[in-house]
Amino acid sequence: MSQETKETILSPDPANIATINFGPTHPSTHGIFQNILKVDGEKIISSEQTVGYIHRAFEKLAERRPYNQITPITDRLNYCSSPINNIGWEMTVEKLLGVEIPKRVQYMRVIIMELARIADHLICNSVIGVDAGALTSFFYPFSEREKIYELYEELSGARLTTNMGRIGGFERDFNPVFHQKLQSFLKTFPKAFEEFDSMLARNRIFMDRTKGAGPISAERALSYSFSGPNLRATGVDYDVRLMNPYSSYEDFDFIVPVGVNGDTYDRFMVRQEEIRQSLRIIEQAYKNLPEGDYKADLPDFYLPPKAEVYNNMEALIYHFKIIMGETELPVGEVYHAVEGGNGELGYYLISDGGRTPYRLQFRRPCFIYYQAYPEMIKGMPISDAVLTLSSINVIAGELDA
Amino acid sequence: MGKIEDLETINGEGYQLTTLDKAIALARANSVWPLPFATSCCGIEFMATMGSAYDLSRFGMERMSFTPRQADLLIVAGTISKKLGPVLKRVYEQMAEPKWVLSVGACASSGGIFDTYSVLQGIDRIIPVDVYVPGCPPRPEQIIEGVMNIHELVKKESNRRRYSEEYKHLLESYQIEIDNGQEK
Amino acid sequence: MDKKNNHDYLSAIQERFGSEVLAHEESFGMLNVELTPSKIHDAIAWLQADQELSVNYLTNIAGVHYPEALGREFAVVYQLHSWKNNIRLRIKGYLPKENLHIASITDLFDGANWMERETYDFFGIQFDGHPDLRRILNMDDMDYFPMRKEYVLEDATREDKDDRFFGRNNIEQ
Repeated sequence: MSQETKETILSPDPANIATINFGPTHPSTHGIFQNILKVDGEKIISSEQTVGYIHRAFEKLAERRPYNQITPITDRLNYCSSPINNIGWEMTVEKLLGVEIPKRVQYMRVIIMELARIADHLICNSVIGVDAGALTSFFYPFSEREKIYELYEELSGARLTTNMGRIGGFERDFNPVFHQKLQSFLKTFPKAFEEFDSMLARNRIFMDRTKGAGPISAERALSYSFSGPNLRATGVDYDVRLMNPYSSYEDFDFIVPVGVNGDTYDRFMVRQEEIRQSLRIIEQAYKNLPEGDYKADLPDFYLPPKAEVYNNMEALIYHFKIIMGETELPVGEVYHAVEGGNGELGYYLISDGGRTPYRLQFRRPCFIYYQAYPEMIKGMPISDAVLTLSSINVIAGELDA
Repeated sequence: MGKIEDLETINGEGYQLTTLDKAIALARANSVWPLPFATSCCGIEFMATMGSAYDLSRFGMERMSFTPRQADLLIVAGTISKKLGPVLKRVYEQMAEPKWVLSVGACASSGGIFDTYSVLQGIDRIIPVDVYVPGCPPRPEQIIEGVMNIHELVKKESNRRRYSEEYKHLLESYQIEIDNGQEK
Repeated sequence: MDKKNNHDYLSAIQERFGSEVLAHEESFGMLNVELTPSKIHDAIAWLQADQELSVNYLTNIAGVHYPEALGREFAVVYQLHSWKNNIRLRIKGYLPKENLHIASITDLFDGANWMERETYDFFGIQFDGHPDLRRILNMDDMDYFPMRKEYVLEDATREDKDDRFFGRNNIEQ
């Protein structure tokens, strides 16, 4: 018998600590995350995450792509709410160029971004339901979520990775089908959503499972640079939409819901309330949708319509210049943040005047708050760790970049 | 489940005579247990495929098997990085024969737009793939089409294929040890 | 109470750190301050502790590689945010490639932990005092720092793409 085995036998650990592997493929991780847990029975003593399993080198890739070709990368950051990422990036470039965006475009963007926020929160909250053992709460909202996809399709042709918008506005205006679908969505969704809410929000089993699961205090959350619903669940009302309003968010009346304990139930409830507020914003923006053009006058970046390219010399030249990336760009450093589905989604862009960014860094909220996970699940049973993971809504694409 | 459409079968009133191979294949094809290895964007579309609007359960596939030991079909949906490659191979090796692999999306099939230092350029570099589904991400209809193609393969596959020399060579080329329950 | 603006922040930093402030500018409404790298930890600690300035939130940490700038090849950029005054602030330190060491700020912000690990992973910048400075996104056995400008983006094992058709022959020159 080796010395080492003897020692373990002679001095058995009273705590019976076992090391288990939670992930990388685990039904409840909804993505590829590995956590190595040290457990005493059901209780987690310590844990350590491994990330980077779908690291796709977005930042390096962005250094090789012209500005208008970066939207496909931002699509795949937080793919539950791609339009927010796309529009955030477009606004970063517009900030660098210093262009004025028509009011109509800003309102259209608000509508799309809030739809994306609903889709994002809906997927997170329905998955919390699944992990607490309620599959109905997944199937039911998912059929409503499909309607948001249909709206995206009308505007961009794609469901998930939408490549929404262009630098300076949108690729096309809201078409009649979009209007009709949006109106019917605004009519039917609130009712379906309240039904979904009534399945879980005051459900005794769900509340017992989620209250007190994975809590974090406001001080700790701030030290970890939390943002978004997870920070608001701890009681801090930080929202980029209010702190640094962009795209005319200052025109709308909405509240920023906050929680108290920062536990799974509070995160769930904050997201639920944010969906209601998003609906309010969409209604306001849609009711007051200004007349005007769906794009800014930005011929250096906005591709001219194909019919003009074939018949008009000037349009052809602009088309050529955009495709070949021969536009003069200002030199400078820009940071622009939007309130993404998971929090402050920032773009730190360094331009050296070339056709591609010199350096583009994404501030990815998931990556930043996921590091607090071991602290949040310490002392919790494994089943609570599962719920905590789904309630902080870690999206692998955003986490690993 | 339906009938076996084949010239060699003998059909009568309430019975059908065919070979064991085909009867087993038909049963298999209609009860494929998938293991969703969903990593990124395609995983969300796969969730939509499972969801109420597209409903993959219609094809006897509602039972998600998250343990590789009890899975027949490995659905790889999403980017596989080089860091994740060994994990995927391990999962494939743990699956019992017969097993099929569906590669969903451009990333899993070829690396997609991510021709970068960290991304595996197609999962067929580490495990054999039966059906590829293009798209970034594919629509749920496309994923269902891919699954249908897997079902066709399952229906046509001979019971003996997994013991064949050809299959052994295939797995050897991927350096995967064959485990078909035979004594070594 | 009036909210402080960029100018107040700059003069407070200049008053406190004097000649350690190497450069400053305002770009797109955000104050950029370049400090001596060895003073950055103290500066952030002081900004965080000061009641008036109250820089309470670490937005992110970024590394940048400037291969042509001799003696200041690498930059570490700290973006900070004061919620009280709603001021975003960028603190920069330039490091020579021979000595990529800077003090870690994990003792000030817990969230800096992974941000610094990521910066190390991409650029190889050593954060002294970091509790666990390992690679985070890439594989542990990777032997280079991929975000440095001299390394290629593409996967080297790929054979099915003809470089001439992808404009790759002269990308790296």
